[in-house]
Amino acid sequence: MKKYVLDLTVKSVERLHERYVHIKLTDEKPLPQMLPGQFVEVLVGGSPTTFLRRPISINFVNKEHNELWLLVATVGDGTRRLAQLQTGDRLNCMLPLGNGFSFDRSADAAGGSCDDANKVLLVGGGVGVAPLLYLGKCYQDKGTDVSFLLGARTRTDLLLLDEFRKYGRVLVTTEDGSDGEKGFVTNHSVLQQEHFGLIQCCGPTPMMKAVARYAREKGIACEVSLENLMACGLGACLCCVEKVRKECKGVDDSPVAETPATNVCVCKEGPVFNIERLLWQN
Amino acid sequence: MAKLDVQIKDLRLKNPVMTASGTFGYGLEFQDFVPLSEIGGIIVKGTTLYPREGNDYPRMAETAMGMLNCVGLQNKGVDYFCHHIYPQLLPTGGTYIVNVSGSSPEDYAECAARVDALEGIPAIELNISCPNVRDGGMAFGVTCAGAESVVRAVRERYHKTLIVKLSPNVTNIAEIARAVEAAGADSVSLINTLMGMAVDIEKRKKVLSIGTGGLSGPCVKPVALRMVYQVAKAVKIPVIGLGGIMTAEDALEFLMCGATAIEIGTANFIDPAVTMKVRDGINDWLDRHGVADVHEIIGAIY
Repeated sequence: MKKYVLDLTVKSVERLHERYVHIKLTDEKPLPQMLPGQFVEVLVGGSPTTFLRRPISINFVNKEHNELWLLVATVGDGTRRLAQLQTGDRLNCMLPLGNGFSFDRSADAAGGSCDDANKVLLVGGGVGVAPLLYLGKCYQDKGTDVSFLLGARTRTDLLLLDEFRKYGRVLVTTEDGSDGEKGFVTNHSVLQQEHFGLIQCCGPTPMMKAVARYAREKGIACEVSLENLMACGLGACLCCVEKVRKECKGVDDSPVAETPATNVCVCKEGPVFNIERLLWQN
Repeated sequence: MAKLDVQIKDLRLKNPVMTASGTFGYGLEFQDFVPLSEIGGIIVKGTTLYPREGNDYPRMAETAMGMLNCVGLQNKGVDYFCHHIYPQLLPTGGTYIVNVSGSSPEDYAECAARVDALEGIPAIELNISCPNVRDGGMAFGVTCAGAESVVRAVRERYHKTLIVKLSPNVTNIAEIARAVEAAGADSVSLINTLMGMAVDIEKRKKVLSIGTGGLSGPCVKPVALRMVYQVAKAVKIPVIGLGGIMTAEDALEFLMCGATAIEIGTANFIDPAVTMKVRDGINDWLDRHGVADVHEIIGAIY
């Protein structure tokens, strides 16, 4: 997919509770094609300490209004500055980057069994719910039934629930029990009651590891979206590497090393990985 | 339009703007943003005789106006480069230079010899200054004897333009440059990254997997300029300057300090099209000041 550097216009910045902002961007020209699970590298101006671009996942693409949505948790200087953007400001974005979730090829392509191929569970935690919204929309467009299982520490950390409800059933867990079922996403009763053909997941690493463990036990195909620290976003600097299994197809067709694992760039070969490729030992 | 082409021994560059090794992949990653054939020279990733997995994650820490990295020369080896990557480079029309690294003079020489056989690669840049590998790398670049031993070994097996990339992590960089020149280098490029570190105060741990890393970005530019100036005065071979160049003005400073060409590194991460902006900016400056040929400003401050 062709990549672009665009000065997008900020259409709105909505503060969702104290730690999150929802930024809607637009452009005079139609936005480039983007896939769910891909990300944008945004340039944060005017800071002596935020030097590198910030990778932010694509939350939603509204084709009708020519909008790109970003959901940002304010965790450091860079994201705090993003939160201060005003309507009409320009935001320099490099996009679309990374591979995205394998939604267009269905659960079958991700290794799911055919019987369950049409039942997809999208699991998100915290701000990691971001890419699942557009993914859910793309599934809906295809006529695939999705359920969202969204986890947070507490009720106010549950983000964009009304948006998610437009594209599928929404199930919720909170660690303090303030909304939905109490506990972690992996404790939710739906996992005992129903069977899914494919789980796609984005959230904190411990959560994704727990989801991956569940999926492996149940023999369900599972993809996770990683957020390793990165610089270039283009596969050039080799900073964001994740160790993956060498023997897995598609990793590397060259017989160049005897090592059992190899480092690949999360920005280029990811951020979405099938858990079978990762070396996560549960 | 000023005359921008420069010559480094037999290596002809259509303009003095190159990309620094490890910051521009093989150029292919940036094709959507820049016409590769318009860049003066593309110095591809550090290449070694055998494949290397590099260091563990985390390999990067952001710093004020810069970054630390400890990638550790991850690459698939010279044979993979020759058979799989080199054929993809030729159709782009770019001028490619291979950055060669190793853990012994023999490794360097063998790797260089295999690149020598590639008709479309007119030069190599010898990396005797990588701060992120234990075996070799910077170990060779911090003493005159070490630097000489590698350059001599490579010179015997490599017959095209030989650029040697110097480490700033030394007491007297001019001395190393002179030693490298005497051993047969056609050019020196400097600076490689400055060794540094960062601490995660919440975890009370080093940020980078191996503790230390190489500092790059605009924060190193004054140090790089000073070293380029010192080296340009000390040697007769052409000097290539790099270290924190973000703009045409930065590049012009290096040229005026005596650099015949410059490399852009970390800035590629911020703006993937920066090389063209720097080239155009140099040209505009020359035009504005009535300078017909870039050579007129090389070493202008002395």
